[in-house]
Amino acid sequence: MASVPVSHGLILAGILFMLGLSGVLVRRNIIFIMFCIEIMLNAAGLAFIVAGSRWEAADGQVMFIFILCMAAAEVSVGLALVLQLYHSMRTLDADAASVMRG
Amino acid sequence: MNVVFYVSAGIAVVSTLMVITRLNAVHALIYLIISLLAVAVIFYTLGAPFAAALEIIIYAGAIMVLFVFVVMMLNLGPATLEQERSWLRPKMWLGPSLLAGVLLAELIYMLARVHLSAGGMLVGTKLLGLTLFGPYLLGVELASMLLLAGLVGAYHLGLRPPLQSHRKGE
Amino acid sequence: MLELLWLIPALPFAGFVVLALAGGRLSRPAAAVVGAGSVGLSAVVMVLVAFEFLGAPPPHHVYSQTIWIWLSVGSFSPAIAFYLDALSLVMIFVITFVGFLIHLYSTEFMIDDEGYSRFFAYMNLFVGSMLTLVLADNLLLLYLGWEGVGLCSYLLIGFWYTEPANGYAARKAFVVTRVGDAAMAVGLYLLFTRLDTLQIQDLMTRAAHAWPAGSTLPVAAALLLLGGAVGKSAQLPLQTWLPDAMAGPTPVSALIHAATMVTAGVYLIARTHVLFTLAPAVMTIVAIVGAATLLLAGFSGLTQWDIKRVLAYSTISQIGYMFLALGVGAWTAGIFHFMIHAFFKALLFLGAGSIIIVLDHEHNMFKMGGLRRQLPITFWTFLAGAGALSAVPLITSGFYSKDLIIWQSYASAQGSVWLWGAGLVGALLTSMYTFRMVFITFFGPPNAQADHRPGIRINLPLVVLAVLSLAAGFINLPDILGNLPLFSDFLHSALPAASILPAKAGYEGLFGVISGVVSVLGIFIIYLFTMRYRRLTENLANSSVGGMLHRFWFAGWSFDWLYDRLLVRPYVWLARIDKDDVVDLFFDGTAWCNRMGYRALSFSQSGYIRWYAAGMAIGAAVFIGMVVFL
Repeated sequence: MASVPVSHGLILAGILFMLGLSGVLVRRNIIFIMFCIEIMLNAAGLAFIVAGSRWEAADGQVMFIFILCMAAAEVSVGLALVLQLYHSMRTLDADAASVMRG
Repeated sequence: MNVVFYVSAGIAVVSTLMVITRLNAVHALIYLIISLLAVAVIFYTLGAPFAAALEIIIYAGAIMVLFVFVVMMLNLGPATLEQERSWLRPKMWLGPSLLAGVLLAELIYMLARVHLSAGGMLVGTKLLGLTLFGPYLLGVELASMLLLAGLVGAYHLGLRPPLQSHRKGE
Repeated sequence: MLELLWLIPALPFAGFVVLALAGGRLSRPAAAVVGAGSVGLSAVVMVLVAFEFLGAPPPHHVYSQTIWIWLSVGSFSPAIAFYLDALSLVMIFVITFVGFLIHLYSTEFMIDDEGYSRFFAYMNLFVGSMLTLVLADNLLLLYLGWEGVGLCSYLLIGFWYTEPANGYAARKAFVVTRVGDAAMAVGLYLLFTRLDTLQIQDLMTRAAHAWPAGSTLPVAAALLLLGGAVGKSAQLPLQTWLPDAMAGPTPVSALIHAATMVTAGVYLIARTHVLFTLAPAVMTIVAIVGAATLLLAGFSGLTQWDIKRVLAYSTISQIGYMFLALGVGAWTAGIFHFMIHAFFKALLFLGAGSIIIVLDHEHNMFKMGGLRRQLPITFWTFLAGAGALSAVPLITSGFYSKDLIIWQSYASAQGSVWLWGAGLVGALLTSMYTFRMVFITFFGPPNAQADHRPGIRINLPLVVLAVLSLAAGFINLPDILGNLPLFSDFLHSALPAASILPAKAGYEGLFGVISGVVSVLGIFIIYLFTMRYRRLTENLANSSVGGMLHRFWFAGWSFDWLYDRLLVRPYVWLARIDKDDVVDLFFDGTAWCNRMGYRALSFSQSGYIRWYAAGMAIGAAVFIGMVVFL
């Protein structure tokens, strides 16, 4: 297999991460915010795989597996919370959940 | 191989862009799945086939499906679309884009000086298994505890009063 | 016997402590015994000490007794130490003896008062502080006594505190003397930082060695000490408090504001005479202050209707004579006049007090009259005192002391004909206002009826003081009348002799005759004005010029008005501007900044998730930027 420059892979991970970050900051719907968090997690995993590939070791993939586990747990708990919020606030507006202010 | 890498990279970036700009939740989900598939191809080009398989099976197959279920359950209708349209004015994008742009610039500035190559050798499943249950055994156990905690938490948070009233009604 | 010196101030302090702690529960007689007895015992000890000092004088005519070291900081260790020489012996004689007579008098005078034991407590504290002042070995202990007598003056002027005017008079006295005390404190600092000691004899020798005569340092130090003396002795420009201090009970006026406290300034200058001789300019200022004050007070005394205020202005005037004497270098003459003045002024005040109390606290002379038949003892003793005050020639002691001053203000090396003239005019005014008081109060038709005769405890001190007012002068006879300068010789062991210019020495007799004539002339003039030509006097007082002068002199040459406009009003105006306390602005400002910061920061806690995420992103950008670019 031909090799890809590590910097290119990492830059790709960076671009994906930044897209996810801007999505989190812009969107007001909680569901969309969760999508963008997933994008960011995926980008981090990509960075790990790239690093592991550079060293030709399995460590990158191991980290990716851990990230995957974490993402799964986070998504299940997060979506349960979103459902609770939706039932109490009747809206999916993230800005509506701002009682803890001042 | 390089071509595959760059093409998949382009697809990933474009579809991610589409994810964050869609008004309809299901549309955004579909684009997200495409992005994940593209990233899986990238994994494969980098010599991590098992990671690619996991990406598709678990990330795109389980997590995204979970998202789909929740979105369906929420039953967001046209009113939500209107709401999203009102919230997503172009000028909203200005600040976050600037911020993300600054961070990206810093990252590229740091990375541009690195001259290394990747993706030479394929790291097989056997080697991954040995590493995972060798030096990273503790991590595996912790990850399993994390999943247990997530399970319990999700179950508890998923409980809703209607369940009780349902029992009463019987 | 000399070792008993410490008992002299200690006994009145002990009396004070007993009366302060247990006075409320003591009966009147018991409080009187403790109060007057402590001063009486102190007088007895003083007599014993005096006998030994005169009979078997200690080396250099100085006896020093250290009780304990007060404090010890670096090279500065002032002690509670008493210094007995001729000067302090004269002072303690007057304070204890006259003090005891006045205490005896007060046991009857204050008999109807609620605060009987409180009165004696304050009086004992005063006597103890005054004795500390005159016996002090160093200026710090002297300053302690100085402040103590100031405190007691305040407490006693405002003794009848339920009347607001008395409190005002007490505060006025305290604040005005405080101005002088502050100047004196600065003087002490100056002396200490330059000469490294406050022990008086050390100070005098070091000053004589280190400072040439007439240089700025002794002038500054002497001027500052003069400031303190002027405040305590009610001389120009700080004389405004003494007439108002007559609000206190009459024994207080007799003891504090006639015989002892107001002479503290005279004592201070006499004690530190070396410093003053090193600053001839300041000596001249002392003499001028004395001369101006005696004239000013003389004119004011001529217009008063309150018998005690006449005596107050008279005190200011006589202390002016003492300052005049000190200013021309006639140290012994000044102290001699102090002693004689203590006798007759205390006598006059006690006499006025006996009149006041039998007429039910009436002070206005014009409401009295013809009292010589009703109160014979008071009349004859008062007449003796008035004669001494007016320096009636030959038979009164006042003649010998005042004449000595007037003569030496001309003949001394620092004297001048102007000072002599001022002294002479002052003597004329003195006889005039004194006998105006005598004629209006004791002669003429009776306006008021005395409801009882004073008892032995009032009359005995009056008689004793009257005998002294007439006879005490004979211990210092001038040249032409026998040349018996016993007193001056006695004091020469402590104070230098006045330097008489030989060219003028021969005129002593002539000048003595002139002084005698002037005092009798004053009595005669005032007799005409008050007894014979009453109508003419009243027309004069009511005319435009006469009325204006009368009001001006009545108000003490309007110094109160001047000080009110010059000092009090600007100060009150400044205080009103600073009502909210500019300094507080700093502390309030700190709290205000905190509150503003809190408000700003709480604004950032909006509750929006996206804001928080943005905050994290910004923080990350900044940190990474710092790491990458710095």
